[in-house]
Amino acid sequence: MTADDIDAYHSLSEETEDHRWAFGTGFTAALDGVDTNVPTGIDTAALAAYCLMLGDDALIYSHRLQEWMTRAPELEEETALGNIALDLLGQARMLLARVGTAEGTGRTEDDLAFFRGEREFRNVRLVERADSDFAELLARLLVFSTWRLAQFVALRSSKDPVLAAIAAKGSKELTYHRDYAARWVVRLGDGTTESHRRMQAGFTVSWPLVDELFTSSAMEAALPGVAVDPSGLREEFDAVLDTVLATATLDRPTASPLAGVRGGYGRDGVHTEAMGYLLAELQSVARAHPGATW
Amino acid sequence: MTVTAAVQGSHDGAWAVAAGVPDPELPMVTLADLGILRDVHQDGDAVTVTVTPTYSGCPAMREIRHDLRHRLRAAGFSSVTVKTALLPPWSSDWITEAGRAKLSAAGIAPPNPAVAPVRGPVPLTLTASTRRVPCPRCGSPRTQESSPFSGTACKALYRCEACREPFEYVKEF
Repeated sequence: MTADDIDAYHSLSEETEDHRWAFGTGFTAALDGVDTNVPTGIDTAALAAYCLMLGDDALIYSHRLQEWMTRAPELEEETALGNIALDLLGQARMLLARVGTAEGTGRTEDDLAFFRGEREFRNVRLVERADSDFAELLARLLVFSTWRLAQFVALRSSKDPVLAAIAAKGSKELTYHRDYAARWVVRLGDGTTESHRRMQAGFTVSWPLVDELFTSSAMEAALPGVAVDPSGLREEFDAVLDTVLATATLDRPTASPLAGVRGGYGRDGVHTEAMGYLLAELQSVARAHPGATW
Repeated sequence: MTVTAAVQGSHDGAWAVAAGVPDPELPMVTLADLGILRDVHQDGDAVTVTVTPTYSGCPAMREIRHDLRHRLRAAGFSSVTVKTALLPPWSSDWITEAGRAKLSAAGIAPPNPAVAPVRGPVPLTLTASTRRVPCPRCGSPRTQESSPFSGTACKALYRCEACREPFEYVKEF
């Protein structure tokens, strides 16, 4: 046996040009080796804009989940949240890489993640806030994963084969994410008086941003058979949430939707106050050392 | 899974080299054992290998690609191209019998059969997992899931009620 046979990472210590041991800028693109031609008849600009929306949702929410590392209540929850964040980051990388290949500008996932300003991000506002406790985290994770799973299941039959493939894999991942969140919501909602109170409060925080998830944008209309109109997902979302909330002995929140700013919402690049702080942390290293690899 | 590798004549060499590359996260199994090696095509001393990722964020993919290039070049193939196939998505059902046996021997419980993707909404599971996972160490069926996620996204964490040891389980996916 050579060292190579027993240590799969052995080759990383060799001096060659095409490897690097850490995540950072300059990495192999997420869609490297994948056929990224856009089928004829699909509006490439709209496809890029649509994938940007879905990619930004996952990127920003993954960042908020990563903030739980070293702060989760138990080691088991820490690994769970780390894995969920990693799944979403993987989805974000492929979707942002799809943006660059669809628009044909050569923009990379790093260009999109690190060098866009706040107004250029197209994520929903639900994913922006920092969680103040574990119950808030779970309420938002349930809302987000239930909504995104419904979206991805429908996108498995997208006419864009790359988007369909990302959705086929992602929907398996999101099924685990949703079940994880739902079981914890039941455990805490139907737990002690204090855990019930905090779980209910967790939903109250996220609820004003739920309606926005089901608002159609111009992109879905421009991409028939390629994109999914979120307004059609509300029924499934409500059915899942009602089941979980009832099992958890929680009330369906009644908080009113958060208004947009002059009619603008997350999909329009209009974000909440938390977004600027989040981006400062997410982007500062890449901007301080543009092009750096490590 | 269909592996369309041409396994006659010298093509055998390229397939064997690619198939024998260990997985970086689970080095006791090879890419062929895991079912992520999809195709090996040889044209003269040029080889095109097609692999598929397990999970979207799998950090091992780039090491796998690097290892494939490195080992095939070392085996004498001057040009090595590694392609990625995203469809159909990888399923834990593609882990071979040999791969399952190697996982078990290393103390990692192999996966149960995956649930086929449904057409409509995915059913919600509110109860803790009821899947049967015998302990890979002592064989006891009395085991309990302690977390649906473990050191990697593809595994869950279990503990055995009989021998009291914790172990990992490769999730059906």
